[in-house]
Amino acid sequence: MNYLYAAYVATWAIHIGYLGTLVRRYSRLRNEIAELKTRIEEK
Amino acid sequence: MKRVFPILAVLTAALLSYALYEALVAAPTEQTMGDVQRIFYYHVPSAWTAFILFFVNFFASIAYLVWRANKADIVALVTAEVGVIFCTVVLVTGPIWARPVWGIWWTWDLRLTLTLVLWLIYVSYLVLRRFSSSGQTPLLAAVLAVFGALDVPLVYFSIWFFRTQHPQPVVGGGGSIDPRMLHVLLINWLAFSCFAALVCWSRYRLEVLKREVDETLALEALLEPRSAQTKTSRYGSGG
Repeated sequence: MNYLYAAYVATWAIHIGYLGTLVRRYSRLRNEIAELKTRIEEK
Repeated sequence: MKRVFPILAVLTAALLSYALYEALVAAPTEQTMGDVQRIFYYHVPSAWTAFILFFVNFFASIAYLVWRANKADIVALVTAEVGVIFCTVVLVTGPIWARPVWGIWWTWDLRLTLTLVLWLIYVSYLVLRRFSSSGQTPLLAAVLAVFGALDVPLVYFSIWFFRTQHPQPVVGGGGSIDPRMLHVLLINWLAFSCFAALVCWSRYRLEVLKREVDETLALEALLEPRSAQTKTSRYGSGG
């Protein structure tokens, strides 16, 4: 039973970890866009 | 589109929950292996999903090589990335199943080795895309993807044509499976396919946005020296 749960937990850990990297990349990109907008407005 | 995505995400989450319930509770317990056999409901659908993603990557790479279409390049990148994630799940859940059933975590069996090679090919594809700054990177990556995809049928058919330690195919390979187990397997595959499609969709949007930002930054960098030059000349004439 432990092996079964280990496999299911590992699967979701991998997927959630990947989704986490996507969220991080999204927020980094959003910051970059905000910075870019400010720079363009300043010009 | 922005409204459709959350609805599809909720539906996929519901489908994944139902599939999890079916795999852990509703599916009958296998007589020889017991509950550990239920790993099969995550292992096999993940492998099928990875194969489909690598095939999409193959066709997108061919499309890029023929038409040099930017969209095809993004599809290739996205499917390779998500495919690697699903292939990682296969390589992790396989040994967890093998330990109690075979008594070992890993063996250099043909199916297992080819799957590891497949994973390494697509990881190297992603490394190439991540760290190469050459303008030829998408082209080189597309060529690598075309050759890499050749490993997919080798992995899939290895257990059909060779004697391997890996279990024989239970679907379409002459093997048999309890219809209730087949139902649970297909539900899980459907759930993971929907999940993969949604992840690919958001990753695609992210990549499009990233490229737009990169283009704007490049344009800004090109215009920057000119404005600096204008400033210099103005200061020059003023002095």
